[in-house]
Amino acid sequence: MDDAPHYKFVGTRPIRPDGVEKVTGRAAYGADMVLPGMLHGRVLRSPHAHARIKSIDTSAAEKLSGVKAVMTAADMPEIPNELAPAGEMMVNFREVSDNILARTKVLYDGHAVAAVAATSPSIAEAACKLIKVEYEVLPHVIDPVAAMADDAPVLHDHIFTEGLPEKPSKPSNVAKRIEIGTGDIEAGFKDADVVIEREFNTAAVHQGYIEPHACLANFTFDGQTTLFCSTQGHFVVRAICAKVLQMELSRLRVTASEIGGGFGGKTVVYLEPLSIVLSRKSGRPVKMVMSREDVFRASGPTSGANVWVKMGIKKDGTLVAGEAVLKYQAGAYPGSPVQPGCMCAFAPYDMANVKVVGYDVVTNRPKVAAYRAPGAPISEYAVESVVDELAKAVGIDPIDVRIKNAAKEGTRAAYGPKFGPIGYLDLLNKVKESEHYKAPLGKNQGRGIAAGFWFNIGGESCATININEDGTIGLVEGSPDIGGSRASMALMAAETLGVSTDRIKPIIADTASLGYTFLTGGSRTTFATGMAVTQAAQNAIQQLRERAAKIWDIPVEAVEWEDGFARPTSSNAGDFEPLSIGDIAAKAGKTGGPIVGRAEINAAGAAPGFGAHICDVEVDEETGRVTVTRYTAVQDVGKAIHPSYVEGQLQGGAAQGIGWALNEEYIYDKNGKLDNPGFLDYRMPVASDLPMIETILVECPNPNHPYGVRGVGETPIIPPMAAVANAVAAATGVRMTDLPMSPPKVLAALGNANGGGDD
Amino acid sequence: MARVVLPTSVARQFAAATEFEVAAANVRAMLEALDTQHPGLRREIEDTMALAIDGEIYQDYMLEPLQPESEVFVVPKIGGG
Repeated sequence: MDDAPHYKFVGTRPIRPDGVEKVTGRAAYGADMVLPGMLHGRVLRSPHAHARIKSIDTSAAEKLSGVKAVMTAADMPEIPNELAPAGEMMVNFREVSDNILARTKVLYDGHAVAAVAATSPSIAEAACKLIKVEYEVLPHVIDPVAAMADDAPVLHDHIFTEGLPEKPSKPSNVAKRIEIGTGDIEAGFKDADVVIEREFNTAAVHQGYIEPHACLANFTFDGQTTLFCSTQGHFVVRAICAKVLQMELSRLRVTASEIGGGFGGKTVVYLEPLSIVLSRKSGRPVKMVMSREDVFRASGPTSGANVWVKMGIKKDGTLVAGEAVLKYQAGAYPGSPVQPGCMCAFAPYDMANVKVVGYDVVTNRPKVAAYRAPGAPISEYAVESVVDELAKAVGIDPIDVRIKNAAKEGTRAAYGPKFGPIGYLDLLNKVKESEHYKAPLGKNQGRGIAAGFWFNIGGESCATININEDGTIGLVEGSPDIGGSRASMALMAAETLGVSTDRIKPIIADTASLGYTFLTGGSRTTFATGMAVTQAAQNAIQQLRERAAKIWDIPVEAVEWEDGFARPTSSNAGDFEPLSIGDIAAKAGKTGGPIVGRAEINAAGAAPGFGAHICDVEVDEETGRVTVTRYTAVQDVGKAIHPSYVEGQLQGGAAQGIGWALNEEYIYDKNGKLDNPGFLDYRMPVASDLPMIETILVECPNPNHPYGVRGVGETPIIPPMAAVANAVAAATGVRMTDLPMSPPKVLAALGNANGGGDD
Repeated sequence: MARVVLPTSVARQFAAATEFEVAAANVRAMLEALDTQHPGLRREIEDTMALAIDGEIYQDYMLEPLQPESEVFVVPKIGGG
């Protein structure tokens, strides 16, 4: 018998509330806002990968007609070199400030050095060319393994490796060493019948959002600033700008624009403090927009990495030991996602003996930023590749090895806690039973599967339900909508209130109009903000019942809320016609004034996400091109509030992961200059490259959420790299251990390099 | 007594054991007990770490109740994309 709750609105697919504005081109993205008297800002960027700034002369730029302000790091407060709280993390704001505008050294090609505001973009660009910067060029290092060598150029004199038994005597590019584990790793390997170890390399890849970073700041002489920007978290933008510019939070009001993609990359601040300072210096609004080249050179990709994995299996398919060493590049400042990479590496498996060591390594590249499930895709790619080899070595179907060793409710993860209810085993069985997994393959084709795990988080969110005078509803929340979350919020409010979504208008409030709401990231929004919206709706219902009780002159306990109406609980309470929200709202003035439901929460209880993907590829032996011919993403989604957007998350994650697997990489020349800062040379998949990504949603509700929500946005980018690599191995018999598996590398691996090669 | 497990890196920093048995009715009392044994440990945990209490992860915490059989893992705070 199906004992799952039956919902009227949750699980349906209404048109998204922001859809019309987007398809008619009227939605306001970061670069779309215009103010009277507005200036245009531009940034002068370093041409060197590593250099000391000896002097900056802005005098010629300041004299250029049309230039209204020029700034360098000297126009920003000096921030102490210490950790300070920033939202949920501790951050070294000295490094944040230095990354926004270099103070003494440039640490990567594209590092911002100065900024200009002028009456036109062309004048601002001309002024940047007039700024004279004298550099002392220093040796640089791009690769994380090279950066760990004793003779590598050291980026920072103040970084001494943390996590070692003794504090080192000299500075290092290794910011931190991490170790996690459980059981006895050596005993585990002794117990194994087959042990395989492999070394992998992954490339740094960019989030690839279509909309570049953009913002518009307007400083007024009463000391107030308004800021309009494209971001995943405008409250976090406010906090970071206020910290690096030493402002009071109340003096900065930030509005999130519509956002053309973020994927973690828009949790970071680059232009915003510059536009505020330039506006303050010029007394005019200042708009700043990155070019695509700026985006690639100066905004965060995720880490490239070197990963070594060793695993052991028994002949019956039991995985007995897993060991890994992860070396993640952080870019110019510490803070790669190696920690979650360590924690996630073996998380899909119920395995007794695990040891993972991770290194956070600074290199002369842009500081990495979050990218969907930060750190997990890299380590899990390596582990899932080795699991595939182990399964073949013992002659067991790879899906059966995963089913046999799957983490379940009660399994203790290597990083400590036990899992609650999870649908991982269910979804693996769905993979095995799927038509795709059984479908025949053609010549030069192969099939691979891989799994993925991500934690998911909760956090702080606020929501308000305004009952309008006509009974329609204004839903106010603070989470920028990247993946259709406004539609999901409206659905949860509709289900709770018992009214149709077309009666509910969701909006995202600015930082002065709602309480603190943490950013859209960590797959938290539908879970945490959805919980706040549900509680705000419940709060509104309580008030609606109280108002109905006043109208009927009966106790509130004698009023119930059902299907959008207040009704007497029984005939004993009185014989009254049900009152709609509109009926009650029309009399709100007589019963106590406006009705506003609200909730302010710090949501805990986010349930983890598990997924598994099936990938078919065809390998052209003459060109080395790998074509994905069929792809299915299967995931435990808790409860799909709006299934279309959940499917979209799975499809988008798979597409990005396929790009990571096959084509995307940063290419630096010998001077450390980025050679491919554009979409022509940095090759992301486009629609014509991919088949329709099929999806299978498995719903194992999260018991901690009123509608069972689990975050879904990050897990889908974890399995693709290994799924593709395992498919390539099945098609060719060759194990690829370097990403991307671009045609020259595939040709070289096939021993058929007709003019190709691994360059 | 609740079982509290520290990550190796934090334990090493405070020359502490990785596992403790703590009699505490809530997280605040637990942290106070740890801090009494290892001054500064409470601040380090509160500033940089999350707690997994009986399998559920809390990024922020103070008054969460603990049972005698509770298991508390101190884990790094998780962000996300």
